[in-house]
Amino acid sequence: MTVDDTSDGRAPDPGEHPDAGGTTQQESPTPPFWRRAFDSLKVPVLAVFSALVVGALLIMFTDEDVLYAWARFFNDPLRALERSATTVWEAYSALLDGAVGSPAAISESLLRATPLILAGLAVAFAFKAALFNIGANGQMIMGAMFAAWAGFSLDIPGPLVILASLVVGTLAGAVWGGIAGVLKATTGAHEVITTIMLNFIAGFLLAYALTTDAFLPSGTGNPVSKPILDQARLPRFISGERVDLGIFLALGAVLLIWWVLERSTFGFQVKAVGLNPHAARYAGMKVATITALTMAIAGGLAGLGGATIPIGPTGTLTAGIIGFLGFDAIAVALLGKSNPFGVLAAGLLFGALNAGAVTMQAETQIPVDIVIVIQALIILFVAAPALVRAIYRVRTGDAESPLFTSSWGSG
Amino acid sequence: MSRRFLRMAALGAALVLVAGACASEDEGSSDTTEASGADSSGSEITACQVTDTGGVDDRSFNQTANDGLVQAEDELGVQGKVLESSSEADFEPNIKAFVDQGCDLIIPVGFLLDGATQASAQENPDQKYAIVDVDFFDADAGEDISYDNVEELTFATDQAAFLAGYLAAGTSTTGKVGTYGGINIPTVTIFMDGYLAGVQQYNADNGTDVEVLGWDGSDGLFTGDFEDQDKGKQTTKSLIDEGADVIMPVAGPVGLGSVEAANEADGVKLVWVDTDGCISVPDACDLFLTSVQKKMDVAVFDSIKSVVDDDFKAGLYTGTLENDGVGIPEMGSDIPEDLAKKVDEYKAAIISGDQSVTPS
Repeated sequence: MTVDDTSDGRAPDPGEHPDAGGTTQQESPTPPFWRRAFDSLKVPVLAVFSALVVGALLIMFTDEDVLYAWARFFNDPLRALERSATTVWEAYSALLDGAVGSPAAISESLLRATPLILAGLAVAFAFKAALFNIGANGQMIMGAMFAAWAGFSLDIPGPLVILASLVVGTLAGAVWGGIAGVLKATTGAHEVITTIMLNFIAGFLLAYALTTDAFLPSGTGNPVSKPILDQARLPRFISGERVDLGIFLALGAVLLIWWVLERSTFGFQVKAVGLNPHAARYAGMKVATITALTMAIAGGLAGLGGATIPIGPTGTLTAGIIGFLGFDAIAVALLGKSNPFGVLAAGLLFGALNAGAVTMQAETQIPVDIVIVIQALIILFVAAPALVRAIYRVRTGDAESPLFTSSWGSG
Repeated sequence: MSRRFLRMAALGAALVLVAGACASEDEGSSDTTEASGADSSGSEITACQVTDTGGVDDRSFNQTANDGLVQAEDELGVQGKVLESSSEADFEPNIKAFVDQGCDLIIPVGFLLDGATQASAQENPDQKYAIVDVDFFDADAGEDISYDNVEELTFATDQAAFLAGYLAAGTSTTGKVGTYGGINIPTVTIFMDGYLAGVQQYNADNGTDVEVLGWDGSDGLFTGDFEDQDKGKQTTKSLIDEGADVIMPVAGPVGLGSVEAANEADGVKLVWVDTDGCISVPDACDLFLTSVQKKMDVAVFDSIKSVVDDDFKAGLYTGTLENDGVGIPEMGSDIPEDLAKKVDEYKAAIISGDQSVTPS
């Protein structure tokens, strides 16, 4: 191991992006763009590849036919290898087919990527200010809840009610994120703790809302909300496919956040606070205000992501509507290295994996859990770049940034 | 050294995979045709279950429904398939995948799939469905609805729970019995209603004053989910502390927490639900006074059989004591003879319609 390697056994590097690299520890002149892009892509790509290889082993060794073939390995070694390869081949080709193999598959992938991209941005944006937003799930729940409420109760013309739903959902998420931000800014309460707690509160608020007459249709008693009015549903733009305008909201948000971070004064301040709050304060920035605002914006993004679900694909609000999307969003932000375009790519990948999992299960009866394991492995490899380096013997251009640790230490 | 080895091994494995995949592509596809060919020789019927987010191994209704599917595979030679939903976004694509695969009967499980099933049933009028635990209801019109291609499998579990409540009241020595649920939804509270009605009937017959803790006919004790066994244990403990000595958990696997709590206490009996506790939790058989069986497996099996026999009946199916869709297992020698006789009488009265199972 080189000296370089030992210093890398730390937390991952969520906030790193090419521009900031020059300001940290690299003393060499900034390498050309393609070189930086290639370097920063190495770990994620190798992580995805490694995860797929381990996933392949899991698929092989949970398949009864394959196990049987291996049990008879010494009678017929070729058969064992062939059965293994066939099983993995069938599984992964079904996965690929369900992810991008047809217009319907692409539609499904985009649909599932939409909330992941928006919530991934929520986590990534907070990372930039060295804030670890674990509360995306709660913020999404609030967004979904209020957007759904607007969607089934506001009797106003189509485009207006959709707009109202999205705005209300975004605001609800922003308030939820903002609470954690204000608490951090005024009392120093750590956002990791407060956002986790706010997740629980949001979950139970939703469960409570689904017992009230304001949300439930009369006469059933099951915790499924009134259906969202037809004119309040996000319009679908390919007939027969489920993908809706939400994906353009996600794309717009990616561009907007990129612009804010790279071209606006506020974005500069956010990054300054993230890199060194003391220096930022010394430079005259209002660290408390920026912290609170960052969390509110992050919450708003997650809230918008949550809002797109009830008024998009599901058409109703249920207690499990968000599931663990807000936690998958943390994975998306990590894989995307907190870069808005990285988040877009990672969100599309996870959306495609989720969509493909359905087809894989339908065609091969391999449990969807395998895909969840693959996603978790991707994050494991991304979070431990030293592991990737050790396996593939590559150097990666990642300069270490103290974002994670400073988030914990600075309280 | 070891790292180099690892790297070589990883590379080797990857190469083998790629090579193997390419080499066996044709082989693979011929394998699948072979497999489906073998299946169709047994029976041409495919029965396809879509679980809700609980998954097929939830030790609750998804699993019980799956038991019916497995039984149909064994006894009727149908081909069974299962799609688990990892999130609610999966419901629609999962049902659609089965429609596209040409399943003869699609079996969605649970009220969460209500909307997705109705949408799919309207779009595909020739596709048959049997939805478990759902009775379609149009809230806007305030009326019951049904489709020509969907069988709605529901269960009058209050009938069997009535008998369990009567037994509970009859065997309680503390004069207090308890119950709690997972989430306050109709399919859960119907158990508690029947249980309460049974206890009330016992009190009316014997001039006793046995109390039901945890359910008053409109509200009661709920753990909040169908997963956390710890909450089940705590809830059961607090019911025991308040004096209950027969407790009915209506919360799927959460009930296992009650088993733990009852094991640690003295003289506490449980009423298991959904399945016969002595079969699904055999270790704790001594603890079970009785079980309120909701025979989803039987209903699913019968529904598949009706498709095999070309005798599919759309509309509402309700499992009752009469058609043995719900019930309690045969009473053992630990139940006093008089009480057992009384319970049998009430069973007959409920079947004949003379006995109401609604709490007063």
